[in-house]
Amino acid sequence: MQPTDTANPDYYHRVVDCQWACPAHTDVPEYIRLIAQGQFTAAYLVNRESNVFPGILGRVCDRPCEPACRRGRVEAEPVAICRLKRVAADHRDDVRPYLPKAPAQKNGKRVACIGAGPASLTVANDLMPLGYEVTIFEKWHTPGGLMRTNIPSFRLPEQVLAEEIGYIVDLGVDLRLGSPVTSMKQLLATGEFDAIFVGSGAPKGKDLNLPGRHDPGAAAHIHIGIDWLESVAFGHVKNIGRRVLIIGVGNTAMDCCRSSLRLGADDVKVMARKPRGFFKASEWELEDAEAENVEIVVNHAPKSFVIEDGRLTGMQFDVMEYDLDAKGRIVAERTIGEKFFACDDVILAIGQENAFPWIENDLGVEFDQWHVPKVNAATFQSTRPDVFFGGDAAFGPKNIIWAVEHGHQAAISIHKHCQDQDVTQRLPRMLNLSSRKMGLHEWAYKNDYNPLERRLMPHVDLKERFKKINIEVELGFTAEQAAAEVQRCLNCDVQTVFDARLCIECDACIDICPVDCLTMTPNGDEAELRQRLKAPSLRATQPLFVSAPLQHTARVMVKDEDVCVHCGLCAERCPTAAWDMQKSKIRIPYASDETTPCSTQPAQTRRTA
Amino acid sequence: MSFIAKPKIAHPGLPKNELGLTRRDYEGSMSTLCAGCGHDSITAAVIEACWQMSMRPEQLVKLSGIGCSSKTTAYFVSGGHGFNSVHGRMPSIATGAIAANKDLHYIGVSGDGDTLSIGFGQFAHAMRRNLNMLYIVENNGVYGLTKGQFSASADIGSKAKKGEENLQPPIDPVLAALTLGGTFVARSFSGDKEQLVPLIIAGLKHRGFALIDVLSPCVTFNDHEGSTKSYEFVRDHYDEVVHADFVPPAREITAQYAQGDTMPVTMHDGSLILLRKLDPSYDPRHRGQAFNYLRDKLAQNEFVTGLIYIDEKSPDFHEVSGTTATPVNQLPFAKLTPGSKGLEKILSRYR
Repeated sequence: MQPTDTANPDYYHRVVDCQWACPAHTDVPEYIRLIAQGQFTAAYLVNRESNVFPGILGRVCDRPCEPACRRGRVEAEPVAICRLKRVAADHRDDVRPYLPKAPAQKNGKRVACIGAGPASLTVANDLMPLGYEVTIFEKWHTPGGLMRTNIPSFRLPEQVLAEEIGYIVDLGVDLRLGSPVTSMKQLLATGEFDAIFVGSGAPKGKDLNLPGRHDPGAAAHIHIGIDWLESVAFGHVKNIGRRVLIIGVGNTAMDCCRSSLRLGADDVKVMARKPRGFFKASEWELEDAEAENVEIVVNHAPKSFVIEDGRLTGMQFDVMEYDLDAKGRIVAERTIGEKFFACDDVILAIGQENAFPWIENDLGVEFDQWHVPKVNAATFQSTRPDVFFGGDAAFGPKNIIWAVEHGHQAAISIHKHCQDQDVTQRLPRMLNLSSRKMGLHEWAYKNDYNPLERRLMPHVDLKERFKKINIEVELGFTAEQAAAEVQRCLNCDVQTVFDARLCIECDACIDICPVDCLTMTPNGDEAELRQRLKAPSLRATQPLFVSAPLQHTARVMVKDEDVCVHCGLCAERCPTAAWDMQKSKIRIPYASDETTPCSTQPAQTRRTA
Repeated sequence: MSFIAKPKIAHPGLPKNELGLTRRDYEGSMSTLCAGCGHDSITAAVIEACWQMSMRPEQLVKLSGIGCSSKTTAYFVSGGHGFNSVHGRMPSIATGAIAANKDLHYIGVSGDGDTLSIGFGQFAHAMRRNLNMLYIVENNGVYGLTKGQFSASADIGSKAKKGEENLQPPIDPVLAALTLGGTFVARSFSGDKEQLVPLIIAGLKHRGFALIDVLSPCVTFNDHEGSTKSYEFVRDHYDEVVHADFVPPAREITAQYAQGDTMPVTMHDGSLILLRKLDPSYDPRHRGQAFNYLRDKLAQNEFVTGLIYIDEKSPDFHEVSGTTATPVNQLPFAKLTPGSKGLEKILSRYR
């Protein structure tokens, strides 16, 4: 293998798997260390720089970071990264003095954002400090988008939402509530805006056209999941029947079943077509629902709505059976019977789509055959240069953290577009390394491996929580729990940096490594080299570090980054400091990092760590 | 040394031996030697060898004298028995222990000072008795614990850290062992575990006294330019003559070596050591030839390494001395003591 090019910022970035997995590249180890030091405000600001809504995401993020967390490779459970984010948000002081401010002198460019969801709010957050005038059009009387309408308040309290949205709106955003955009053509015709960002989400829930669906007696008792959650959020729906069937097992289904329990239902079944393992819902959302005695019924495919005497009495299902192959994929399916389930209400939670009936065909904004807008995946620009898309509106339903990242990238594009620069010429990510060495065996980070297990989130008592719909179920970590959980982080951003010129091949690092991730061996091609490692290579997707040839024997030092616990013992045992522990700081460019030739004032920096 | 202990966390895919133990289960306490010390690598090789042999930790006896080298018995197989004896007197303790219990594996770890200076007499007699043990000399050519004076194994012309040259001829433990009648004589290098690990296994399986002289650079006092025991010098003057591959009983010999250059040696427990001759003219069963070969190579400044001499036929200490087959601690009390009448009978013989 060729020596690893560690000058490529992506190499060390990939070692920080949580940060690599996060769409917005939140600097997870850094904020966890700040929490460990009790610096909650600083931890909050590190979060906010990349993910904008730490309080919200600390409760409801889809947490792509946690399955990626390396702690889960040497132990059963990953670090509770998401809930530690909430710890930072819960314990922060007033952060307003540290937030960027919009300059009094505007730069003369106006941007319209459609929909006040996380994507649009991020665009406003990034562009307002640069002097832009941002207008957000929102169809409801309150901002937040799906975060407001589709996430029940027992998971995300209203005041958390209001506070974090407030930080952005208070920059001076022209927020026009109750103002749905009904025609893109009209909006463009006003000539008021230099760029338009479409962050209107994926607001159309999928329907299930089975016999009986449109029977007049049934219609009032068959609900579309996201519309129903919206009505619940705005208080239009205050109750539901005693027996409820939820069709679908995504995260929306989980919110629907748990909301039902709070609106009078006591027999809620989630009906799944396929076996467990094919569910779309996150594991932890399933756990939370099952903890509330929701029954998840697998292998039942909906067949028809049963109407008796003009009234919905239940649903008929096909009972399914599947053959799985060795890898757990379905190779054959068949129906082995039918079954009736009685119910009072049915909620359909089988997916959602973006829909743009308000964008006219002749504007230059092109759609593909599935009516999905043609959007550049890097710049978020549509086929019309002044129209940008982001969030669920761009590529269909994802989640909040993706919407935030789309917003950041779209903001850069909008900024470049408004300054007549090429939107494709974007700043690269960068990476700084700085040694953590303080003394012979001392490092400026806590390098000892702490064998503590993952802390369990305390919940409101099962009886208590159903009394009102807005009782937040998760109580947040206690101080003791937070102090313990932060110690589980392996500090993956403190990198093992190797200098082949200094190595005397004494084997000290190889002998001391607790997880056997180092090997000194003759070079070879990757597949063959992976066979010769000191401990078996378990994850071929994690790149190997291969050094330049060593001086004495021309062998190479190979590090399998996969299970390194960053204890620093290789560096402590190295007599020549060929290994060093160096903290990597990944610099993600934002709109504020782009040059602003038209602005006389330098952009206010938002760097916090 | 380090301030933190080696975390008790292991690679999830770490292989297990016949006892279901991983390499980590054969570790000892945290080393307090200098970072980069060759001795730590030898410790790792001993751990690897014991693991590969699927040795029950309590079957191992670790014996040592005084010195940096003699500290290392604390750093492997913490489940074994240990005795850290007086300087240079480890072979006496070993003799007693081996006489009392022949069921255990014995590893003596010593240094060039402990073996070739203060303990030279003991070393010679242990070999003469053909004690059934593995004796490792962790040889770095200096007294590390007293800050780097030349030891008896320092080569002529080797320079100390401050620059003075050694003018006295060295005692070579391998040449000494060949003349003293050693039945298993090997040399290796701490930086070559591929060679060292099978040698340790072979040495533990050998019936009689197995000596491995391991060149083990002192990273603090003897790893500079001009030293003949530095990592760089040893690597540059390293000549492996016979490589020993340990073949566990279950595994078949795959004919991957050139015919004639491979020599299987059956150990007394039935296991096989496959000797791979890197110099085809060399015969590791010929003591005189071995001695001459070593002398010639030494004159060329070459360290001959590998399994230099092996003799599986000579009687060991147990055979010559007629030691008890049952370990003394398993003999009933009545058998161990003659009783007052018996004692009287014995004493009367001397009256």
